[in-house]
Amino acid sequence: MDLYAQNIMDHYKNPRHRGPLSDADYQQREINQTCGDDLTVFIKFAGKKIKTITFIGSGCVISQAGISILSEKLVGKTKEQVLAYGFDKIKKIFGIAISDRRYNCAMLGLRAIHKALS
Amino acid sequence: MIKRSDFPILQKKINGRPLVYFDNAATTQKSNFVLKALGDYYRHYNSNVHRGSNPLADAATRRYEAARDIVANFIKAEREEIIFTRGTTEAINLVARTWGEANLKAGDVVILSIAEHHANIVPWLQRQAKQKIKIKYIPLHSDGTWNLAAAKRLLNHPRVKLLAVAQVSNVLGIINPVSELIRLAHRRGIITLVDAAQSVAHLKIDVRRLDCDFLAFSGHKIGGPTGVGVLFGRRKILETMPAFLGGGDMISFVTTKNFGLNDLPYKFEAGTPDIAGVIGLGAACRYLEKLDYQQIARQEKKLTAYFLKKINRLNFVKVLGRASSKLPVFSLILDGLHPHDAADLLGQEGIILRAGHHCAQPLHDFFKTPASLRASLSFYNTTGEIDFFITKLRELQRAWRRL
Repeated sequence: MDLYAQNIMDHYKNPRHRGPLSDADYQQREINQTCGDDLTVFIKFAGKKIKTITFIGSGCVISQAGISILSEKLVGKTKEQVLAYGFDKIKKIFGIAISDRRYNCAMLGLRAIHKALS
Repeated sequence: MIKRSDFPILQKKINGRPLVYFDNAATTQKSNFVLKALGDYYRHYNSNVHRGSNPLADAATRRYEAARDIVANFIKAEREEIIFTRGTTEAINLVARTWGEANLKAGDVVILSIAEHHANIVPWLQRQAKQKIKIKYIPLHSDGTWNLAAAKRLLNHPRVKLLAVAQVSNVLGIINPVSELIRLAHRRGIITLVDAAQSVAHLKIDVRRLDCDFLAFSGHKIGGPTGVGVLFGRRKILETMPAFLGGGDMISFVTTKNFGLNDLPYKFEAGTPDIAGVIGLGAACRYLEKLDYQQIARQEKKLTAYFLKKINRLNFVKVLGRASSKLPVFSLILDGLHPHDAADLLGQEGIILRAGHHCAQPLHDFFKTPASLRASLSFYNTTGEIDFFITKLRELQRAWRRL
């Protein structure tokens, strides 16, 4: 049976930066109402750039692997850069096709980060 | 006889694999019989009802009203007691907004169960916000059945005005002992509403035998089209209720200052109804009656027993709700596998399932899980499809574990 792409499964099984961040500048919880995905992100800045992103929560592969990937890829970006990200950028960062039915799962992490920063 | 070939979509393939449709609690597939009734209306006599004096309007009105007779007979009601709505949700909202607004006072109690669909919770929460009523929930035993002793205690509260409960849970498939509670409720003068959205496709409904005051169901869950549903209301209660939506058809006269109400059931059917939908719903009722409920029950009992036998052998699966009086609706918790991922990946194999809380969050909170994977079967499903599902579920779990 075809599972998800290897990088997605790798991030799901071995999440990067999982855990709370006590000195975070921003913290935000986001819940996916339909499937119960539950995510809290912690963001720490160094000057104008993101220094660290960590997260806690539980949910499906796409939502959990997604925030793990973002916790790596968004380091060094500015608030303005990250706020300009949309679904197209997420697809590019994840490197997989995302079906309509998984849109909310894929966007959960970015939504939490956007809410935290605005 | 059950004929899968009556349902054209069941011959379809998904990603080159046969469609295994296990999402019947969400919506059912439509038979050629229903599809033809819908098409015939639009092809041959599309026209508005209860208006113009012309032959087309006559034909449309005749068939629309014939469908009302079919539905009335289908649940053993009178035709004036059948109100067409957009579905179960609108039917329950109609009761909440008309009967509820007129009859509920601050401090009055509405009794629901913790297993209700959101459609039978939110309209009452809205009344709570507006009218300061109280809502009390019938608790469940761990097997998903109602705690009847607690329910009886709740009914003893002097301010209870309404008991509104689902005959069958859309998550657990458990058939609830609604008659027993209705009997008790009526002894205390409590009005009763049955959410029959999940039961009508499986169980023969007789509103006189149930003795409920209101009963709601949706067309699309019994093989009919989407966008149409039914509210049954006891005539003498409907007569005293204020109107719901205002507009054409629900009035007897309109002046610039005033209006008069039409007779039942038109009083509650403002605006052009879903004419094709109602005619299609009539066809769906006739299809089920022709098929015969005893035959449906035989097949679904077989499917239920077979599914449980097979799923119980999988040690990584837990089934929510273990009552013996159960329809073929199974909500599953999978070890280490999120329901959304399972529904997505099994969907690619052609198996159509639903993941989530199925519009029953309080029930999922009760089971302490945010979501489940639901397989809901109908008479047209087969044991072969169950075998295929089990095989693919095992395959998925093995692949998952290997990672």
